[in-house]
Amino acid sequence: MTTLFASLRIALRALLVNKMRSALTMLGIIIGVGAVIAMIAVGSGAKKRIADQIASMGSNILIVVSGSSTSGGLRVGAGTVPTLTVEDSKAILSEIPGVRSVAPHLSGIAQVIYGNQNWSTVIYGTIPELLEIREWSLNSGRSFIQQDLDGAGKVCILGKTVADNLFGGIDPIGQIVRIKKVPFTVIGVLNPKGQSTWGTDQDDTVFVPLSTAQKRLFGQKFPGMVRVITVQAREPEVMKTVEDQITDLLRQRHRIQPGQDNDFSVRNLTEVASSAEESAKVMSLLLGAIASISLIVGGIGIMNIMLVSVTERTREIGIRIAVGAKGKDILLQFLIESLVLSLVGGILGIGVGIAGTLILSSFTQWPTLFSVQAILLAFLFSGSVGVFFGFYPARKASLLNPIEALRYE
Amino acid sequence: MDPLIQVRDLVKVYHLGEVEVQALLGISLSIERGEFVAIMGASGSGKSTFMNILGFLDRPTRGQYLLDGIEGEHLSRDELAEIRNEKIGFVFQGFNLLNRTSAIENVQLPLIYAQLPSKKRKEMAEKALSAVGLKERSHHHPAQLSGGEQQRVAIARALVNQPSILLADEPTGNLDSKTSGEIMAIFKRLNQEMGITIVMITHEQDIAAYGKRKILFKDGKVVEDHNSAL
Repeated sequence: MTTLFASLRIALRALLVNKMRSALTMLGIIIGVGAVIAMIAVGSGAKKRIADQIASMGSNILIVVSGSSTSGGLRVGAGTVPTLTVEDSKAILSEIPGVRSVAPHLSGIAQVIYGNQNWSTVIYGTIPELLEIREWSLNSGRSFIQQDLDGAGKVCILGKTVADNLFGGIDPIGQIVRIKKVPFTVIGVLNPKGQSTWGTDQDDTVFVPLSTAQKRLFGQKFPGMVRVITVQAREPEVMKTVEDQITDLLRQRHRIQPGQDNDFSVRNLTEVASSAEESAKVMSLLLGAIASISLIVGGIGIMNIMLVSVTERTREIGIRIAVGAKGKDILLQFLIESLVLSLVGGILGIGVGIAGTLILSSFTQWPTLFSVQAILLAFLFSGSVGVFFGFYPARKASLLNPIEALRYE
Repeated sequence: MDPLIQVRDLVKVYHLGEVEVQALLGISLSIERGEFVAIMGASGSGKSTFMNILGFLDRPTRGQYLLDGIEGEHLSRDELAEIRNEKIGFVFQGFNLLNRTSAIENVQLPLIYAQLPSKKRKEMAEKALSAVGLKERSHHHPAQLSGGEQQRVAIARALVNQPSILLADEPTGNLDSKTSGEIMAIFKRLNQEMGITIVMITHEQDIAAYGKRKILFKDGKVVEDHNSAL
């Protein structure tokens, strides 16, 4: 213990003698640790945003999209022609046990007018289950009631973006807006949900009852049809089974012969999202790995300076060995020196990394996320870099021949 | 009681590349406790090699060397360091103090490696500095001290561990004659009053005259061994 404390004092003094050199050596570690912390913060920020977006979509969701029908050799892309019906969605709910909830919907782009304000947005005709599946709550007002759905009520619920753009500061509830010349009463405003995984503003939307959309807005050409059915499975494990069962059920209901193409397609949104999450994870790993390289380069800088220092202080080492320093005493002295360099560099690097990340995210608006584990990891990594790259010079010092070392000029 | 130093048929051969240099060609002698020995000889006579072996800084090629009954031949590097720390004090021609380190800290150096607590170290270092008359300059750095004062700090460092023997390699080589006299007076006093055994290399007759015994080296052999105390 006495030796350890004495070694620490010796090391600190040696480092303070060459302040400029010590500071420049530390700079390598400061930049390395700073880069690791900043890159991990950027990476985990991106990962968290994707995770939030996945959560905002609702969990265990399958999307059944109509289209892809082949009639007389004419093939049509998914979603272009409605081939699904409300009855299909009811059948999915009642016949497939793994399904918790279904929400058929029909959508289109239309202009919404209030007074002298107008806003083009996506209008969804649907039932309240869609909002439940997507875990989307009302900020004010109410949702659709059975009467609205049965009677094609001229009522609508606005997304946050639409409400803000049309009404500014006014309370939209009870106001009348016009969509395709049809007057709708605003009955509710939704809480904000932010960007979707593919970057669109989820709050830029208006919901109307499905029946209203079918009869008054988009459904006139294909009465009773819907473009999309959103299906929520009971748990993640049954997603695949439910997907297959929906396909079988719909082929049967649509009387599609074996060998014929489906006139619908089933998509697993969670899969899409988790692959996005996976790529974010790979990106943050990659960023961390690149940053670690700069930390290793910093470590080589330490080794370089420690080798110079050992050569410069050959005579001092000779004196110490002559008066009774053992190999481990000398080894410890130089190891502590490089450890102090790397750990002080590490602490400063944490500060630089945090400051750099805050500046970066304020300029680029990237989401960033600090984690205590990442900071501790970077700090410990810098310490082990110090030990690793300090060991060779320290060992070299400890093995010096005292007679030659004392003669060294 | 056995002599402090017993040397028998000591041979040291260096290999400098292809060339074989015979530094010591069979030295046999013994030194009793309390002696003050001056070793003389021209450069290349092997006296420095002999001192390095006496100080456990080097190992003989052949022959036997016992210090206080301890033989270094089969000891490890670290065990030899321990013996140097406990039993041997070195005084060098070039002082060999650590720069940027105060006198008292220089004196404490052997005690750090003896793992003594800092309070005890300071106590012993102050005592050693008093013995060489430098107590009031204990916080000066080597650069702030004269050559004679630096050598006195080095002597204090050699003494601080209360070693069995003090080995001095041309201790006055870098000093003027007046300062040399002061340093030799200290050696003499340490030898007479405290009974410390001293082995000193010098090539100056008047410095050697302070010793009670003179040994002359030539070409790796002892050619003269004159003890004026007998």
